[in-house]
Amino acid sequence: MVDRALWGMRAYGVLAWMWIRVSMTYRASFVMLTLGQFLITGLDFLAISVMFATVDALGGFSLAEVAFLYGGAGLCLGLADLILGNIERLGQKIRLGTFDAMMIRPVPLFAQMASDAFALRRLGRITQATVVLVWSLVVLDVDWTLGRALTVPYLVVFGTAIFVSFFTLGAAFQFWTTDGSEAANAFTYGGNTLAQYPLTIYPTEVVKALTFIVPIAFVNWYPSLYILGRPDPLGLPAATRFASPVAALALGALAAWAWRSGVRRYRSTGS
Amino acid sequence: MVSMSSTTGPSGPALIQVEDLTRTFTVRRRIGRVRRTFEEVRAVDGISFDIDRGEMVGYIGPNGAGKSTTIKMLTGILVPSSGRLSVAGVDPSRSRMELTRRIGVVFGQRTTLWWDLPLRDSFDVLRRIYRTDPARHRANLVEFTELLELGDLLDTPVRQLSLGQRMRGDIAAALLHDPEILYLDEPTIGLDVVSKGRLRSFLRRINQERDVTLLLTTHDLQDIEQLCSRVMVIDHGALVYDGSLAGLHDQGTSVRTLIVDLVDEAGPIEVAGATVRKVEGPRQWLSFPADASAAPIVAAVAAAYDVADLSLQEPAIEDVIHTLYTQSR
Repeated sequence: MVDRALWGMRAYGVLAWMWIRVSMTYRASFVMLTLGQFLITGLDFLAISVMFATVDALGGFSLAEVAFLYGGAGLCLGLADLILGNIERLGQKIRLGTFDAMMIRPVPLFAQMASDAFALRRLGRITQATVVLVWSLVVLDVDWTLGRALTVPYLVVFGTAIFVSFFTLGAAFQFWTTDGSEAANAFTYGGNTLAQYPLTIYPTEVVKALTFIVPIAFVNWYPSLYILGRPDPLGLPAATRFASPVAALALGALAAWAWRSGVRRYRSTGS
Repeated sequence: MVSMSSTTGPSGPALIQVEDLTRTFTVRRRIGRVRRTFEEVRAVDGISFDIDRGEMVGYIGPNGAGKSTTIKMLTGILVPSSGRLSVAGVDPSRSRMELTRRIGVVFGQRTTLWWDLPLRDSFDVLRRIYRTDPARHRANLVEFTELLELGDLLDTPVRQLSLGQRMRGDIAAALLHDPEILYLDEPTIGLDVVSKGRLRSFLRRINQERDVTLLLTTHDLQDIEQLCSRVMVIDHGALVYDGSLAGLHDQGTSVRTLIVDLVDEAGPIEVAGATVRKVEGPRQWLSFPADASAAPIVAAVAAAYDVADLSLQEPAIEDVIHTLYTQSR
């Protein structure tokens, strides 16, 4: 089991490196795509800043605080997208029969799907989110205790893990219906869009749903409440702010189970 | 079903053992607007066979007969519904990953190589993921490059290769990790005559020199005639023939055809031992059993009619197989 996981990661590295070399053979197109993604996501945040020209706060949060939420969510999604974004092409691979070709290779299927068409151009989104996040850290008026400082990398790690689980769940869903990638996008990219803003702007029901049903709130909202020293609008116990690892673990276990069931189903139906 | 091959090999258990293998699929059919019925289809229906190390076996049958389903079970892609299956000593459905290092698979219609990568880089990635010994990989690469004439193509991205070139690349890729068994699904489909010939001689060679066991599905009966000492015919999920190619001809159904061009048009020729199958102007087609001699028939025709030309057609394996399919129905 451990051997298999280690081998999967090594093979992932080999395959991802291969795709990087492929993209480097079209260097101009790589630069354009990366820059394009940087600019498109950049415009997104520009819209938020423009909004702050007329209002002082959004859902009770300042521009710097919104930037922190925005950068955190964007960075987590960007990293997850870089790590396994193309796993959403599973349905297409099944339809074309190329998934069968993966099954005759000595590499775990998850590692092969995750690394498929690994795209370094996704660094565009990551860079943009990092720029916004770092800017917010500089201008935020926060008492940086050790606990708060450590919560920033912690937020990135578990937030990414949550998005990775959503990507995997969405892909696993495609073992049942090969057109499932749009539904999956609603959770990943859609979830990111929601989490970019302070959840105080949404009705309580939405916040509850994002906590208990689709736990996107654990990506950045709850850890950020701790870092920014804000009260929880739902009034949940303080431990919720540190529950991101629990959410990530539960979601990860669910995703792993769904993926395995999907592979098992594929191998017994062939479609 | 007709069996002519022995079930146990000369040296211990067979490399591939298949016993009563069955794979059913549930097909959902819509009746009316909402209602649906579920129907069970037996894609592979209780087939059994053994293949010994070093054999070259042709696996043929009409589309949808169960060829691909069998190959998918042998490679571990699909799990059987029932029956026993052993490939190189392991159960493919349980040990799929372990088995991948010991088998090579070529899907004729789609490449398993990376579209944008030059062949050389694809091969290098394969070496890493199969963890092939570098020296062994180099030696194989040198040999395959020469035999498959890949020298000029190694630095070309796969997407720029012609179908024949790509197929050669795919076959080299499937063999670089020294597999014991090579499965080929329609390896010569779409290739020109020269490429087909080159490919067949390469396959013969790796079979003889490396003792690689070959199982190939094909629609091209020349593949079978030139490569395989053994043929398995599958239809409707069941093996309808398993034996030598010669044996397939001896099924009592095969006929030879004598084509007679008369000087003048005439009614159907009447001679003993042959029947007229077709008349087209002065040309007539006469069939007679494949094991009968053509000489007395030719003599009788020549004695009774003014003959401009004669030619003899050997039994076509297509016809033999067609007869088998019809019989099994």
